[in-house]
Amino acid sequence: MNETRISVENVTFTYDEAPEPALRGVNTAVRTGEFLAVLGHNGSGKSTLAKLLNALYVPQEGRVVVCGMDTADENNLWQIRQQAGMIFQNPDNQIVATVVREDVAFGLENMGVPTAEMPGRIESALSAVRMNAFAEAAPHMLSGGQKQRVAIAGILAMEPTVIIADEATAMLDPSGRAEVLDTVRRLNREKGITVVWITHFMEEAAQADRIVVVSGGEIVLAGTPREVFPQVERMRELHLDVPHMTDLAQELRRGGMPLPADVLTVEEMAEEVCKLLCPSK
Amino acid sequence: MPIQVKNLTHTYSEGSAFQATAIRDVNLTIEDGEFVCVVGHTGSGKSTLVQHLNGLLKPTSGQILVDGEDMFGDGVNKRSIRQKVGLVFQYPEYQLFEETVAKDIAFGPKNLGLNADEIDRRVRKAMAHVHLDYDKYADRSPFELSGGQMRRVAIAGVLAMEPKVLILDEPTAGLDPRGRDRILGMIRDLHAKGGVTVVMVSHSMDDVASLATRMVVMSKGTVVATGTPREIFRQADMMRSIGLGVPEAARLCAMLRQKGLNLPEDLYTQEELQQALLQLWKEAKQA
Repeated sequence: MNETRISVENVTFTYDEAPEPALRGVNTAVRTGEFLAVLGHNGSGKSTLAKLLNALYVPQEGRVVVCGMDTADENNLWQIRQQAGMIFQNPDNQIVATVVREDVAFGLENMGVPTAEMPGRIESALSAVRMNAFAEAAPHMLSGGQKQRVAIAGILAMEPTVIIADEATAMLDPSGRAEVLDTVRRLNREKGITVVWITHFMEEAAQADRIVVVSGGEIVLAGTPREVFPQVERMRELHLDVPHMTDLAQELRRGGMPLPADVLTVEEMAEEVCKLLCPSK
Repeated sequence: MPIQVKNLTHTYSEGSAFQATAIRDVNLTIEDGEFVCVVGHTGSGKSTLVQHLNGLLKPTSGQILVDGEDMFGDGVNKRSIRQKVGLVFQYPEYQLFEETVAKDIAFGPKNLGLNADEIDRRVRKAMAHVHLDYDKYADRSPFELSGGQMRRVAIAGVLAMEPKVLILDEPTAGLDPRGRDRILGMIRDLHAKGGVTVVMVSHSMDDVASLATRMVVMSKGTVVATGTPREIFRQADMMRSIGLGVPEAARLCAMLRQKGLNLPEDLYTQEELQQALLQLWKEAKQA
């Protein structure tokens, strides 16, 4: 669990012709099996960070090491992308084939996986995201959440050790969001896949093992959700939210109720408030 | 300028193999000054419904009456109705096309045949509404802006038509918290200060809780409930049965009542729940 899966060392990255770097002097590490959430407002540099993690970009200064491989070494490219698969925001931009099964096969064909091995891998990838019933379906007939699960299956078929999701739920409705997050959390738990989950939804980040907050191209806060979210004012300064219940806990504490500051969910809040106020049985 | 929806049914691709009835026999009236939020699971017919309100979609059967006039009646000027009822689509920034922000916003007023001074006045006013500084942004390419800014340009383009009714289909989808708060604040102002009637489709019950004067709840192509947020959010079981949630404050309130806490059953905003809990705490300390 403590083995480093990805390390980002003193990384600075500047886009072509941009006056300022998008990321400057960033250091962070992701442990094997960890579910790491990345938060930050638009333009903070969090998507740039994601794209550095699977060698879509290469830093001008510093280095990124994924599964022991330096992303700057072009010889590692294919292996890094097989190890660290990426899902993006728009479900419609990630599907290439006209049948779900063929879409999942796309990456395998590119990798040169022997044809005999493909059906087994596709089956198991589709069943891991619970989409096997849709193997012969046309992707455009699926819901947004289902399309994202097909995109995840396409990554899983390549047997990666890391999944990087760049706002993979941003365009989905609440049930689609839950369906995609639950799928990835299960893969993290059951298969030990390391997850880097970039999101604007604080309730999603609250379910992560650890959070890093990016602002102005730097990592400005890091810790478990219970360490990060109680810093309500700091998060607001960074133009971010905190979960509703963490906010409510802070207000009630201000009003004199001795509640813990790190309440994240409705269930926890109900329990804590009850300790103080519920009639004794 | 009330909008009445009467026995509205819409079937897509009628007569083909893909025929699908998206909404069935919907009746609804939107009164002046309301802030109506339309909620429903994906596929419940929300977008189909609101696209009828400015005549973008034509009813398969039924009528849309704007100010008592059938929008698809003989001799009705649909163009003038569309000018009064502005529609902001989902991801409206995909429809920006002009070289500069000002030109993009001016496109609608120009098509109305207004003179240059009036167009300029409207562009400036619309930009002020969406909090984009005219001097800083008017001559910029819309494609250089951030996602949230592009969306505000697109909304300004609709506002420049000076609609009396503004319809927005998931205006905050995909935005970060800051972008979302700016757009919602702007819509709130248009309604409260600008006197614009608003119809907004949303998936966020917390946003709905803080904005709506009335909710329209859709499921499987029909309106299953309508009422104030307070009336709707106390029906948590009904909402859950059609795949929707209630605001977290309403959920917490229900959970605490179940555990025997003496709270009113219809609290749904964080503010009022906070007040009620602090009151109980004060009483408990005194006891």
